[in-house]
Amino acid sequence: MARYFAIFLTFARACLVRDMTFRANFILECLTSLGWMSMNLAFYLLVFTFTSEIGKGTGWSKEPFFAFVATGLIINSVVQAFFMPSAEELTEMVRTGGLDAVLVQPLDAQFLLSMHRVDFSALANGAVGVGLLAWAMARMDHAPPAVAWLLYPLLLLCGVAILYGLVIMLAAATILMGRNQSLYDFWFYITNFSRYPAEIYSGPWGGPLRMICTFVIPILLVVNVPARVIAQPFTGESWIGVACAVIAAVVALVVSRLVFQRALARYRSASS
Amino acid sequence: MSGSLEAVRPAGPLQGLRTWWTMLKICLEERLVYRGDFALGTLMRFLPIVTQVFLWTAVFGATSRGDIAGYTRNDIVAYYLLTMLTRAFSSMPGLASGIARSVRDGSVKKFLIQPVDYVSFLLAARVAHKLVYYAVAAIPFALVFFLCRSYFPPVPDATTIAAFLLSLALSFLLGFFMEVTLGMLGFWFMEVSSIVFGYMLVQYLLSGHMFPIDLLKGTPTGIAGVSLADVVHWLPFEYTAYFSSAVWLGKVKGAQLVSSLAIEAGWVVVMAVACRVAWWRGTRRYSAFGG
Repeated sequence: MARYFAIFLTFARACLVRDMTFRANFILECLTSLGWMSMNLAFYLLVFTFTSEIGKGTGWSKEPFFAFVATGLIINSVVQAFFMPSAEELTEMVRTGGLDAVLVQPLDAQFLLSMHRVDFSALANGAVGVGLLAWAMARMDHAPPAVAWLLYPLLLLCGVAILYGLVIMLAAATILMGRNQSLYDFWFYITNFSRYPAEIYSGPWGGPLRMICTFVIPILLVVNVPARVIAQPFTGESWIGVACAVIAAVVALVVSRLVFQRALARYRSASS
Repeated sequence: MSGSLEAVRPAGPLQGLRTWWTMLKICLEERLVYRGDFALGTLMRFLPIVTQVFLWTAVFGATSRGDIAGYTRNDIVAYYLLTMLTRAFSSMPGLASGIARSVRDGSVKKFLIQPVDYVSFLLAARVAHKLVYYAVAAIPFALVFFLCRSYFPPVPDATTIAAFLLSLALSFLLGFFMEVTLGMLGFWFMEVSSIVFGYMLVQYLLSGHMFPIDLLKGTPTGIAGVSLADVVHWLPFEYTAYFSSAVWLGKVKGAQLVSSLAIEAGWVVVMAVACRVAWWRGTRRYSAFGG
């Protein structure tokens, strides 16, 4: 484990050196990332000029909702920084046969394929997320209990683990299909469901969708559970959400690992 | 080879038409190679709308207002579905970056010596892309629109439908010429990805893709009596998503409809000229070396 951590630090250092070599590009990437985020925040602010909360009686008024958005920013920035850049390269590696070079390395293939590239500019959104969270928490009419603050980092990690599992599953699909540009679009679209509180998914269509996105692809647990713990009153029911998030994270990691190993076993080299 | 080389023009209108038809056929075949990936991508594009529908349903559920900026909850759902259709005409994924790349890697030089006009070639390629897209997307579009038919108001009169179709055709041309002009900036900047990203950002916000522009009617600009929606009305962006959808929903009528169509057509002409000027001036300063 210590060896892998040291190797990961070496990868991260190399990526940081490369980013700092092209500082202007790095700053531009940070700014573009912040641009998209600002646009979304402007949209939410516009929505709150027409309503006091998202969903009647849900408790997602302006400040709790922005705490929710901040939580999503933090989790997504970690995934975008540490896992997505490597996963995005996989499509071309499978198509061109570059994956062969990875498989002959004396290292775990999943580790190499999912963590060899780090995009530090993606962390800019996470930094803003922390600031937004502080802003929202300072304005909320209730202070979360100490246990909520203790659980929050753990639940953030669970959210990251669930998304990581999804990324690995899509990577496995890439290996099996050879080309799956649409499946990475699928990652973007499916994570879109996690951008809003689960309460909005109600009614004859919303109810089943909420169940699917909670228990089949547990995307709704990613942001909802940690955000609810700090932005909504902490009750006994909160523990059910915490347990679901922890179980979903463990299952996502284990199942994605098994699927990835199976996909690798069926991989046929594309190179000569 | 220097930029002083001029593209050889096809001889006569018939020859030009035949060349254009050949380009279209080649591009159609190229697009159909990865049709499975293409079909899957088309289906996926409906997913973000689902979250928007639920979001706005929750917003309307939490407020006592019957409408927001003149839009009922059903209007909002219909609006988002219609913007999907409008964007299917006006969005040009990869066009600007592809042109800039062809300038950077030198592949654009073949258009300086072949009897093929580059902008016409790009237009043929894009028409082919759209035709394949419509062929693949027709079924999912029809299915989604049928399932959501209760959200739509009654079918408008023939004049409104004609204005809607005209606005869609113009939105295709506007989107195309705007992206080509952006891509041509590659002759000056080489790397235009940040410019394209900035454009996408503004485009997404001001085109009405994110929300109906009417929601900005209450947003002040600092000028008395002028809202942000009034400013956006004179920019080209809202004609690539908002306008056609608003026409179908009856939000733009009468004299306003005519003047808006005139503004849209005006922007098409402006961007077509801008793209030609960029090509002429860009190729004059362009230089490429080696094979």
